[in-house]
This record gives sequence, C-alpha cells and structure tokens, in this order.
Amino acid sequence: MNIRNVKFFSSRIMKEILRDPLSIAFGAGFPIVLIVLLSLINKNIPNGLFDITFLVPGVTIFGLSFLALFAAQIIAKDRESAFITRLFTTPMKAWDFILGYTLPLLPLALLQAVICYITGMFFGLQLNIHTVVVLLLVIPASFIFIAIGLICGTAFSEKAATALCGAALTNLSAWLSGVWFDLNLVGGAFKKMAYLLPFVHAVDMTKAANTGDYTNVLPHLWWVLAYSIVFIVLGVYLFRRHMKNK
Amino acid sequence: MMNKAVSINQLTKHYGSTIAVNEVTFDIYEGELFGLLGMNGAGKTTLINMLSCISEPTSGDATIYGHSIVSQSDQVRSYIGVSPQETAIAPNLTVKENLLFMANIYGLSKHEARHQVEEMINVFSLQPYKNKKSKVLSGGWKRKLSIAMALISKPKLLFLDEPTLGLDVIARRELWTLIEQLKKTTTIILTTHYLEEIEALTDRLCMMKDGKVLAIGEINELNKRAGKEKFEDTFVEFVTGGIKS
Repeated sequence: MNIRNVKFFSSRIMKEILRDPLSIAFGAGFPIVLIVLLSLINKNIPNGLFDITFLVPGVTIFGLSFLALFAAQIIAKDRESAFITRLFTTPMKAWDFILGYTLPLLPLALLQAVICYITGMFFGLQLNIHTVVVLLLVIPASFIFIAIGLICGTAFSEKAATALCGAALTNLSAWLSGVWFDLNLVGGAFKKMAYLLPFVHAVDMTKAANTGDYTNVLPHLWWVLAYSIVFIVLGVYLFRRHMKNK
Repeated sequence: MMNKAVSINQLTKHYGSTIAVNEVTFDIYEGELFGLLGMNGAGKTTLINMLSCISEPTSGDATIYGHSIVSQSDQVRSYIGVSPQETAIAPNLTVKENLLFMANIYGLSKHEARHQVEEMINVFSLQPYKNKKSKVLSGGWKRKLSIAMALISKPKLLFLDEPTLGLDVIARRELWTLIEQLKKTTTIILTTHYLEEIEALTDRLCMMKDGKVLAIGEINELNKRAGKEKFEDTFVEFVTGGIKS
C-alpha cells in the first residue's frame, strides 16, 4: 500500500462524488426532505409515529444506503470506461484502490449524519453527548453500506449496480430497518427476517444511543460489526480477484 | 544494431477453453512504431493487456526493456504508458486535474508534475479545455487527453489500443500527426483494425488472426511476400489463408 496514492485516489473519488449534482441531491437533499415531511406528518397524527428522537437516527442510517450507490456507481463506471484498466498499469496496488474508493465515503457518511441532526433540531431534536455517540456509531454502520457498494460495483455492470444499490438496497434498508414503522406491528416471519439482516440492528443501535440507552446498543453493535467485517472481506476478495483476472 | 524494447517469447493466454493468444513470439526495437493488425477477436488487446501487466499470461513470457512481465511487473510498469481502447478518463475531473492525478499516481514531485502537466497541455493543444470537465469534451479531445495521460510519466514504451476508433476523419488525421511526433521520442505499440492507419504510421507490423501471428515485417516486405501492390490485398491474402506464415 502507498499512502500517497491512497491520498490522491481518495481526493479524486471525493471530487467525482461532490461534483455530481445527483449525489448531492440524494446524499444531502433526500434525507432532509424525509425528515421535514415526516415531522410535518407527525404533527398531524395523534400517536406520534415519527417521533423526532427516533426518526433522525433512522433516517441517518437509511441515508447511508446512498453511499453504497455512490461507491457502486463510481467503481462500475471506472470499470466500464476502462479508467481502472489504465490505473492497473500504474504503480497503484490493490489496497490503494480499495482504500481510495472507500475512505472518502466515511467523511461523507458523517456529514450526512450531521445534516440529518441539524435538520432534526428544527423539529425539536435536542443535541447532547449521546449525539456524539450516535455519530461514532455511524462509522461501523457505514462500513456495511460502503462494502455493499464495493461488492456491487466490482461484480456488476453500472446499470445493474445502480439498480441493486439504488433500488433494491434502498428498499431493503427502508422496509426491513424499522425506520418507517415499528416491526412489531407486522411481527412474525417478516420481523424475524428483518432481525437476521443488519439494517434494523443499525437503526436500533443508533435509536438506543440517541436516548442514552447504552445497554441496548451493544447487542445490535455486534450484529453491525459482524456484517461489516463479512461484507468488507467479501468486497476486498472480489476486488482483488477482479484485479487478478483482468 | 538496434536495441530490443520488447521481446515476446511463446506468450499464451487461455480463457477457459478459448485460446486468445497462442504462443506468440517476436521482438520490437527501440524507437519503432510497431503495429498490431487484425480483425476483431484476433488477440491484439489480449496481447497488449499481458504486455502491460494487466493480465497474467497462461504460459510464456515477455521482457520490456529487459524486465519480465511475469516476475518483474513493478519494474515493467515504470517503463510503460497505456492508452486503452476506451477513453479511460475521470469524467468529473477537469482536463488539468486528470493529468495531474496521473502525474501524482506515478510519484512525480510537485514541481515535476506541474511541469509535465503544462507540457502535455501544450503538446496536445489542450489549453482551451484545460479547466473543463473531461466528460464534456468531444470524442477526439477525449482521445488526445487519454494519450496525454498515458505519456505524463514519460514512458519509454507507449501502448495505443485502437486510438482512433470511432473518430471522424479530421480528428483521426490530427491524432495521426500527434502520433507521428511521439514516434521521435517513444517506442510505440499501436493496435488497430484500420489498414490505412497501419500504412500511414507504422514502421513494422504484426498481423494476427485467432490469437496467432500470421506475418511480421514492413509493409513493402509483406506486399512482396503476398505478390500484391496494395496493402489491403496483402492483408486479405494473409487473413484468408492464401499465404501461410
């Protein structure tokens, strides 16, 4: 690994994402719209379905699915345009690519979380020490989504990777995460399936942290860490294999 | 005697049961503009991919300026520049940023990188576009940028894979002029399936079909061997099996 190359490659990835208006619209605009709309709806319904204390951590995790889309799109585009082929002929090594593609997405994840929390403040969300813990917990959760992006971008065409991360993953993380409704309302196999996947654990973890309920953070954190590790290992394996087979 | 820039020895690539390149052996000399000519699927790009250390050979080896592509790929990478068949540029970076990015990846110092970027912008007449995002450039300018990116590290050997594919006549002629100029300082391997490109640019060429070498030599020599005056007829004669290599 060459730190200098990771730095230059990360900087390039960051520029590519931030200069794409769609990235800004989805990465920053969409979570803001969701928080504003659902908070307005919440004011007009009696039972407080979208309590801001739980809504903001939920949307923060849901927003991470767009990071998977960014990662998948940029890797798949680099493959299809042969830009990555060109770079395979340079002194760049596999880890320079992997870190270069993934590291710039971490500050974007944190920025997205901060945007969600600032929006939440307009609807009565209190910032406190627990907010800092939530922001720290966003990091392991974001690894899951970034690694999914790495996997999809490496294994599929740009069209397929965009469909998988842009449609399938966002839907999966929306319906099976408990962001929009309490999974107990459905229960049964649906709930069991949701709890076998990482999304609801990431949301429950941040919701618990946001209220200072740290005993309920840990069990979910283990799920999140385990999924992060599995997806990262799979992503790295697929990318290295792609590089070797090219 | 001319120095060998590339020495290819029994180089072979299999993809499953398909043989993409089959026991290819030949040399390319320093300062040559060497053409690889063949129909689609002849094995030209696969051969270039192996020589530029993008894919590993199934068997055989080649040396680039004395370094093995199999066991010394890091050294080989420091000698080569590659302009792939596709434009291969970062779309949301400006022309200048694309060049600077490549210079940085090759480990050029800050001063050297800036100097090289300015040089490439001048050589390829990219001044009017240097602050424009590369995705808005026309096909011809994208190709020029792609070649400039391949040259940023001052490679001793340049691979140009179908450099004029899809370009209009004017853009193609402009690129030919540029390639002619590059010939003075760099050994070039050019793949194409345009016969007129081979005739206009190359010193020697290798005709390939189904992963195998059909013939190697200067155009005049090959015309003589085929008993034809026009190179197009010579190519057809070799490819259709009228002449055995």
